[in-house]
Amino acid sequence: MKPINYLGQGVAYALFAVVLGYFSSSPEYEHIPPGQALVKLSFSHAAQRKGACRERTDEELAKLKPNMRVRNDCPRERADVVVELEMDGKQIYHVVLPPPGLAHDGAASIYRRLQVPAGMHRFVARLKDKMDGDFDFMHEENVDLVAGRALVIDFKADVPGAPGFMFKK
Amino acid sequence: MNPFQNSWRRLENLFNAPFGQALNPWYHLGAVIYFLFWVVVVSGIYLYIFYRTGVNEAYQTVEELTHDQPYAGGVMRSLHRYASDGIVVAMLLHMLRNFIYGRFHGFRWFSWVTGVLLIWLVYICGINGYWMVWDRMAQFVAVATTEWFDWLPLFSEPLARNFLFQGNVSDRFINMLSFIHITLPLVLLLFMWVHTKRMNNAETYPPQSLAVGTLLALLVLSLIKPALSHAKADLSLVPETIRLDWFYLGPYPLIYAWSPGAVWALVGGITLLLLAVPWLLKPRTRTPVAEVHLDNCNGCERCFNDCPYSAILMQPREDGRPYLLQPVVDPKLCASCGICVGACPSSMPFRHQELVSGIELPDKLLRVQRADTDHALDGLRGNARVMVFGCDRAYDVRALQSDEVAALSLPCIGMLPPAFTDYALRDARADGVLIAGCRECDCQYRLGIQWTEQRLAREREPKLRQRVPLQRIETCWAGPLDKKRVHTALSALRARISQMPRESFGEEREL
Repeated sequence: MKPINYLGQGVAYALFAVVLGYFSSSPEYEHIPPGQALVKLSFSHAAQRKGACRERTDEELAKLKPNMRVRNDCPRERADVVVELEMDGKQIYHVVLPPPGLAHDGAASIYRRLQVPAGMHRFVARLKDKMDGDFDFMHEENVDLVAGRALVIDFKADVPGAPGFMFKK
Repeated sequence: MNPFQNSWRRLENLFNAPFGQALNPWYHLGAVIYFLFWVVVVSGIYLYIFYRTGVNEAYQTVEELTHDQPYAGGVMRSLHRYASDGIVVAMLLHMLRNFIYGRFHGFRWFSWVTGVLLIWLVYICGINGYWMVWDRMAQFVAVATTEWFDWLPLFSEPLARNFLFQGNVSDRFINMLSFIHITLPLVLLLFMWVHTKRMNNAETYPPQSLAVGTLLALLVLSLIKPALSHAKADLSLVPETIRLDWFYLGPYPLIYAWSPGAVWALVGGITLLLLAVPWLLKPRTRTPVAEVHLDNCNGCERCFNDCPYSAILMQPREDGRPYLLQPVVDPKLCASCGICVGACPSSMPFRHQELVSGIELPDKLLRVQRADTDHALDGLRGNARVMVFGCDRAYDVRALQSDEVAALSLPCIGMLPPAFTDYALRDARADGVLIAGCRECDCQYRLGIQWTEQRLAREREPKLRQRVPLQRIETCWAGPLDKKRVHTALSALRARISQMPRESFGEEREL
């Protein structure tokens, strides 16, 4: 093999290395533009049942198998969960979450990312988890969102003493 | 001629000048992938010795490897990354090349389909590897992957909720990633074996100098541009700019530019389309497969040994003749290349009785090939008469025909029994024989050139007889576009034989 052949091979290997070296870390990907932040609204919550529970009569209980004899008869189906999020007085998100499952009795879940400008904002989150009436839960808070940071809005109904939304930076 | 194939051939031919046909990397892409896989394995084992599986420890140990021992750990880390990237490049080129050359339908569907599944496995392994560093890019990949999967109606709670808060990720999670990163490459290796399972003598290691050159290129790259981490993952932050590895993570920006559903449609659509390619682009006609003629078969197993696609099985003899075995052709695997015909000891053109070989291609019967050879030889005139045997997939040797040059083209040069060379030169009916086939290491049917060379060198059965002078034989491996190469070989042969006295080998006994 002549020196020119080795040179040609060197060029080919160098080309291979340059392609690998460049595209393994370039060009940079801008995930969110400068001056922007994220709001992540995410929770999993089982809404209230659609109908009220009723007590079974003794006759009804007797007809059931022994292991099925529970006094309360509650309908399985749950209500939709309705969520709204406002930023600086303007609604930026609204969703109705039907309960999952064949019997529509599961916990409704959501994970939603919203890109917003960094800076001081007033957020209001509302949630309704029953058939009728107004929102059951509401939380409002002024948040100073730094660019490149995420505000997580979670919801927990089972926190003793303070069920509802949690804002966490 | 297919213009895509010709353009691709021209591209590959560019590499023949510096590398030569035997080392041209385009002809060894599959073997290069195997080699890069082992580079990834060896470098990965080194990294794993130091890697600690904890949320803090994972990042810390990778940083220590990179900065505290740049001569070893840093190089190994970079080799691990660049070899993995190289696998993606070689894999996609390997697939594209086989697609352009139409090597995906018929008996090749199995390799094609398993190859498509391998693409997914390679990507899963690579993407999983990026999680293990647990830096900002790992964080981006983890969040984006879960957000992407959450589009599928599979999970009761969104997976992405696992990455909402800094404390959500535990040591056990990194441990699980580590376990997956060891297990998946083993599954990948298993699939690579399945992918090449139907290949007889599959090339799983590239020529040594190609392997050394590839390794050196990766090594130099690792020293010049070592792989580095981003800052440590912090789930309260959103990675703003990321130095993405575009080979593995190229589709990720589309999750946000389009939507997760659109990316599922894209990758799912491409995958389904690729899986369907063998049937969507199926040729209208099927070439007849090889047929066994037990009357002329002694069960010698040469066809079984030489078949490039393991389409021939040896089974207990059923015709009562005193031989143990008989070949059986699996029509689903047969490529109709005729290499088995070239391997059969009954493919002997000197036979006076009706020429039927032990195994034949129904549309390329050996007696017809002999008659065509006779006809071609009878027409030869001049002082340097040459009989050319060529391959339908290579340069069209019929273009060489003249008063002094006769040509016969076969489905694959491996179909040529060495005795045909003897037959052409016997009684000085031709002064020389040129044997032409596909480009070296790029045989359409994988082993046609290799077996032909070994048969002519008298290293493989059926061997070329000792009485045949090798000076009268020239081989030339050239693609459809390599006109100059074939003409040069023909001229060289004719110049040589014109200096030699004409000779006859005498009578042939009936076999």
